[in-house]
Amino acid sequence: MDSAFFFTYFLQFVISGITIGSIYAMVAVGFNIIYNVTEIINFAQGEFVMLGGLIMVIFYNKLDLPILIAFLMTVIVVAMIGLLIDQIVIKSIKQPTVLTLIIGTIATSILLKGAAMFIWGKNPYDLPAFSGREAINFFGAVIQPQALWVIGILVVVVGLLSFFFEKSIIGKAMRACSDNQDAALLVGISVKRMILLSFALSAAIGAVAGVIVTPIALMEYDRGAMLAVKGFAALILGGLGSFPGAVIGGLLLGLIEALVAGYISSGYKDAFALAVLLILLFVRPHGILGNPTVAKFKKF
Amino acid sequence: MFHITIKSRIVFIAIVLICPWIFYLIPAVSHYLDILIFAGIYCLITIGLSLLMGYAGQISLGHAAFFGIGAYISGILTTKYGLNPWVCILIALFVSGFIAYCIGVPTLKLHGHYLAMGTLAFGIITFIIFNEEITYTGGPDGMGNIKELQLLGFPIDTNMKYYYLVWLTVVLALLFSVNLIQSRVGRALRAIHTSEVAASSMGVNVAGYKIQIFVFSAILASISGSFYAHYIKFLNPTSFDLFFSIKLLIMIVMGGMRSIWGAIIGAVIIAFLSFEWLGAFHEFETLAYGAILLLVTIFLPDGLVSLPGKFSEQINKYLSKIKA
Repeated sequence: MDSAFFFTYFLQFVISGITIGSIYAMVAVGFNIIYNVTEIINFAQGEFVMLGGLIMVIFYNKLDLPILIAFLMTVIVVAMIGLLIDQIVIKSIKQPTVLTLIIGTIATSILLKGAAMFIWGKNPYDLPAFSGREAINFFGAVIQPQALWVIGILVVVVGLLSFFFEKSIIGKAMRACSDNQDAALLVGISVKRMILLSFALSAAIGAVAGVIVTPIALMEYDRGAMLAVKGFAALILGGLGSFPGAVIGGLLLGLIEALVAGYISSGYKDAFALAVLLILLFVRPHGILGNPTVAKFKKF
Repeated sequence: MFHITIKSRIVFIAIVLICPWIFYLIPAVSHYLDILIFAGIYCLITIGLSLLMGYAGQISLGHAAFFGIGAYISGILTTKYGLNPWVCILIALFVSGFIAYCIGVPTLKLHGHYLAMGTLAFGIITFIIFNEEITYTGGPDGMGNIKELQLLGFPIDTNMKYYYLVWLTVVLALLFSVNLIQSRVGRALRAIHTSEVAASSMGVNVAGYKIQIFVFSAILASISGSFYAHYIKFLNPTSFDLFFSIKLLIMIVMGGMRSIWGAIIGAVIIAFLSFEWLGAFHEFETLAYGAILLLVTIFLPDGLVSLPGKFSEQINKYLSKIKA
């Protein structure tokens, strides 16, 4: 294999790795938002992505709404589902230990998956790419225009979120809840509302990820669990609770997966991505950017 | 609830011994024997898992993998290499125990619930291996021709014989677990569930006990898998997927996490649900299981075993009202 040929292949794998990694990064960011406010790992996080893709199919393919309106409606509907999960499931668990909360979110995840199978059936669905499917040539490698959308939207989402958490008063209040709930309550922050908001926000981000990835990877009812566990792997890779960590972890995981699929075995790409999670739990459970001392105080 | 009396043990053994004859004598429900064998196979896993969840306060989402390792090691070694099935069960048990130890040591030493995600990842990896290693496992098409077990030269070839093999193993596992719960280890485990910090400051080796229980539960799941392979004689990766791990979780939560009887009740009910009552509604199955798990978590956090207690409490309240 001559070197130019090798380089083109490598570049191609890197591009697809970054694209799918952006989705993992968004799932990981979603985990983080809920985790930081409530210390709950929401096992239904992947279902938000699945619902985002499939609800967009209804609004865009079936109801023929303009793409921007369909996109917004999808995000709003999924955010409402996030609100309902907090209101119906999380709040009604009487002994909210980490164990019961894990079981509650697992139950939610199966319920959403079962409902999706009931509504959409078992077939995968496609969405039209935002700006066509004509591939762009990039140093010999090809880029789907949709991949640029995915990466661009990740940048926008992360930008908006960091602005929200750093500058806005509500964002600051949410961060206060993550530092110390009792203290936050004492200074007059409604912790309940912040928890509610965290579920809505995290569901909305999942929905965005689902809408933008469907034109590349299709979407079907049972994709949630794998997305959730890979998002979690990305989260641990970057360090639980850290937003920059979640993004770096997601991109890194996507890269590992794409390179394994390209050079080793496409059947084992998921297994490798999850092996990364296991190895991390063994050697560096606080992640690449995480702090071991801080990690000791975490409940999960 | 933690103490299990000699009387209740004897009653349980009597039920196990008598039950199949009732089904055997009534032709309309004679196929229930088959379902009860599956229930027994599930029970072996849930007894171990309930120790892990209810007593050590840890969750595993990968027990389908240990179940699968037991099944595939038994299946592959007996059909492809002609080894003695009992030797294969032993090999499978050691392999599962060793893997559980390797996963348990790092994740259980961490504070919190990393075991849940570690076992989840492990379960999916194992499922992928079952699907990909076609030369050994047959991949998605499955593998067949697994022979029946023999005990001291007698083949275990009828459902009745298999029932007794499985359920007497369940009785042994139960008695062993009950002794474990009522010993020093059991008291340590309960202390861990209540407060890890308090337990460790009293000198309980928190991580050590959790690892022991996790390995024990994996070994039981592996034995269960071997029995499954020799009973059903055909293995397919979908029997060992993530959804089966979640089904095991549903069995325990439904029966009651804090009682070993809950593990048995849950396993029997879910076996009947999946083979008898929900079979016709395949489209609804996932939805139904999700709803069951959610409803139990919200309305009956201590599971079905807590119902008689709640019921008598209500009656007592009612009676005292009448007296007043």
